Amino acid sequence: MTGTRPTTIVACPDGPILVRGDAQIVDEDGKPVERRRATVALCRCGASAIKPYCDGTHKAIGFSAP
Amino acid sequence: MKLPHPRGPLSDAVITLVSSSPDAQTRIDEVARDAVDASTDLATDDDVQLALYVMNELAYRGFDGVDDDWEWDPELLRARRIVETAFEDALRRVVQVPSDVPPERSEVAAALFAMTAPAPGPSVARYVAKRATREQLDEFLVLRSIYQLKEADPHTWAIPRLTGGPKAALVEIQADEYGGGDPERMHCELFARTMRGAGLDADYGAYVERIPAITLAALNLMSLFGLHRRLRGATAGHLAAFEMTSSLPNRLYGDGFRRHGFDEGTTLYFDEHVEADAVHEQIAGRDLAGALAQQEPELCHDILFGAAACLYLDDLAGEHTLSAWTAGGSALRAIA
Repeated sequence: MTGTRPTTIVACPDGPILVRGDAQIVDEDGKPVERRRATVALCRCGASAIKPYCDGTHKAIGFSAP
Repeated sequence: MKLPHPRGPLSDAVITLVSSSPDAQTRIDEVARDAVDASTDLATDDDVQLALYVMNELAYRGFDGVDDDWEWDPELLRARRIVETAFEDALRRVVQVPSDVPPERSEVAAALFAMTAPAPGPSVARYVAKRATREQLDEFLVLRSIYQLKEADPHTWAIPRLTGGPKAALVEIQADEYGGGDPERMHCELFARTMRGAGLDADYGAYVERIPAITLAALNLMSLFGLHRRLRGATAGHLAAFEMTSSLPNRLYGDGFRRHGFDEGTTLYFDEHVEADAVHEQIAGRDLAGALAQQEPELCHDILFGAAACLYLDDLAGEHTLSAWTAGGSALRAIA
C-alpha cells in the first residue's frame, strides 16, 4: 500500500481536531511528540490533561467551538 | 475456558447439553420458555443470563471439552432465540429512546453526545478514583474482565454487515482497539497486563463464577447485537455510547490505581483509553453511527436504541457495584 491518501484534518463540532495520515506532531521547540495511533485527536478546548492530545475534557467543561 | 457451574434450571440444561455429544437430540426449548416466563427481571436473572452467556460464548472461543459443533446446533439455537427475544423485548419496553432525531449524520451524532453527556453525582469511576480499597480495585478488575479480555470482539461482528463509510469507520476504530497490528498493544492484552499487575488471574473467563447477572447481561447485550445482522444499527449505537462514556472515567480509574501505588505498566490500560477513546468517540458518533443512519435511515431508531440500552445496563451494573461497596459488601457473586 502506498501513501496516496492525503493527510486530513477535521475540526469536530465542539470537540477536538482529528488528524489522519502522515502528519508529524511536534512541540513548540519542534521536537516530535510521540504518536501512538494512526488517527489522533488534538485538544482544541485547552483543558486536556494529556495535551496536545484530547482526553474528552471538552465535554465536562461544556466547550463550544468558535 | 472451563464451563461454569449452573445457576438454575436453564443454565443447568444448557451446560448439561453442551457437555454431551451434539447429536444428543435433547430438546431444551421448553426449559428456556419456562425460565424466561418465570423471570421477574431478565437483566438480573442469574440463571437466564448465565445460560445466554454460555450459548453466546460458543461463537467466540468455546469451552474446554465442549464440541465446537454446538455453536450451530438447531436445538441450542432454538433455546437461544427464546432467551434473546425475551431479553430484547424487555429492553425495548423499558429503555427510553429519543424519538425526534432525523436520520442525518450530524443530528444523530449530536443526539448520541447528548445522551452520553457527563453527569454529576456518584459513579463507580469517582468511587474508584477517591475511595476504593485495594480489594475493591480487585473486584473492579474482576467485574470488567468478563468483557475486557475480549474487548472489541462483539462489535467486530458488524464489520461484514456494513458498507462504505460506516464500514471504514468501524474498521478504523477496531484496528486501534486491536493495537494497530501490535499484539502487545491490543486493548485486551493491556487489560490482562493490568490484571497481572494487580496479582489477578488474567486467563480468559477465569472469574466467570464471580460475575453477577447484571454484568453478564451487559456483555450478552453486545453479543445479541453483534450476532444478528438485523441489529447492526444497534451495534453501531452501542459502540458509540460505549466510547463516549470512556475517556473521562478511565482517567479516574487510572487515578484510583495510582493512588494505591501501581506502576505505569499496570495503569497503561486506563491511560491508553483516555487518549484512544477521545479519538474513537468522534469517529463512532459521526463516521459510524451518524453516517450509517444517513446511509440506512430505517436503522436510525436501532442506532439510538443500541446506545440507550448500553447506557441503561451499564447504569444498572454501576448501581449494583456502588450499592454493594458503600454498604461494605462485595460486588461479586458469592460462591459456596
